[in-house]
Amino acid sequence: MSRIRPTDPDYAAVEAALAALAVPAPPNLAPTTLLAVGLADAYAPIDSPIGPLFVAWNGRGVSAVVAAADPAEDPAAFEARFEREVGRPIRRAPSLPPRLETAIRRRLAGDRRVRIDLDLRGHTTFERAVWLKALEIPRGEVRPYAWIAAEIGRPKAVRAVGSALAHNPVPLVVPCHRVVRSDGLIGQYSLGGPGNKRTILAAEGLDPDELETLARTGIRFIGSGTTRVVCLPSCHHARRIQPGHRTPFRSLAAGLEAGYRACRSCRPGSAAAIAA
Amino acid sequence: MDDDLLGALAVDLDAAFEGLVLAHQDRLYTIALRVLGDPRDAEEIAQDALVRAYRALATYETDRVRALRLRPWLAAIVLNLARNRATRRREPRTTSLDQPGPDGRSLDERLPLRTDQTEPVAAVVRREGADRWAALLAELPARYRVPVVLRHVDGLSFAEMSAALAKPEGTLKAQVHRGLALLRAAHEAVVRAEPQELTA
Repeated sequence: MSRIRPTDPDYAAVEAALAALAVPAPPNLAPTTLLAVGLADAYAPIDSPIGPLFVAWNGRGVSAVVAAADPAEDPAAFEARFEREVGRPIRRAPSLPPRLETAIRRRLAGDRRVRIDLDLRGHTTFERAVWLKALEIPRGEVRPYAWIAAEIGRPKAVRAVGSALAHNPVPLVVPCHRVVRSDGLIGQYSLGGPGNKRTILAAEGLDPDELETLARTGIRFIGSGTTRVVCLPSCHHARRIQPGHRTPFRSLAAGLEAGYRACRSCRPGSAAAIAA
Repeated sequence: MDDDLLGALAVDLDAAFEGLVLAHQDRLYTIALRVLGDPRDAEEIAQDALVRAYRALATYETDRVRALRLRPWLAAIVLNLARNRATRRREPRTTSLDQPGPDGRSLDERLPLRTDQTEPVAAVVRREGADRWAALLAELPARYRVPVVLRHVDGLSFAEMSAALAKPEGTLKAQVHRGLALLRAAHEAVVRAEPQELTA
């Protein structure tokens, strides 16, 4: 073995040269690392039926969606509010990561199979249950608040469901716009008000006026005279029923009494309590 | 310094992790850069190592976090990732299934020897200062390069290196000495080649 020690003066120059090979990390390393582990967020604009949105994300998933055109959500205001409410730093990115952007576009186009991770830390299990249930509502259909409440096993928590949906941090990605008042009216919307809710529903192929007209006449359920199945009015099965075979009901009980069975797709039983 | 950091990490990982990143990012990037040679690979691996460190810390009990030796622990994560990256680069994808897993070979034995990338002395001569030393270091066989980087670029003690590389200190001392001797000889060869280069 060599008897040369590293303290050998012959090696001092080599050691000094090696020590000088230490370099600072690139400036992006810390921000991208904190973003990856979910200790910081980034956001970028994306188009939607109601105009440009800001989508915020981190390594755990999408953390916020706001209307970029809303003066209350200009970049500085949004950044300040996000950091105050979420407690993490956020910075603007030129664009969304390509895979996330593609996934969100597909989700907005109605593809429920596309997977989008969500960062819902800091929210209650009840709120998460409400939002995850809202994700099951197909594009072009709506469900009443009471339906969500019944489906998550909290049938009496209808108001709490409304409150949870109003606080949905990721509207459009979690389609809280597909949840309507239990009397069938369209109701409030957190992403810029009820006008936006109608716009989005219309863009998804639903006629909000027709839905509300039906609701005002007290019709809550539609049965098919041929299949003898009763549905919620916006269910894709109900919307295929030929005009001559459409049988309106004010309550699910009335439909069941008439010999109809509840649709297994839209599960009108979960909305029946309010219509009884 | 790391004791305070470990205490903070044990109490509130999310609040303290940025401190770990800021305290260790330069050295982790440097280790990756000097072992792999490519700045983009080095940045990716340093980030990946920090993310893995975060995820590991999130699963550790408080006592285990407090007992960590942060410098060698983080260096070991970087070196593991660097080795995997180097192995993937060197071996065709189709052979990866036959690759033995934890096969008993030591870390630096699995890093590439870079015989395929050896720069002619003339190319190294054209470089100056730190660039020249970095090029010479990159030419070192991995079994010397890794210990030399940890000892003399990163400044780990032999005890810390022993923890990071799972090797006896005596072995590491011998490898560092041999690495320095090779580096000095290579540097002298380059310096000797300089006049010819200038007249070429």
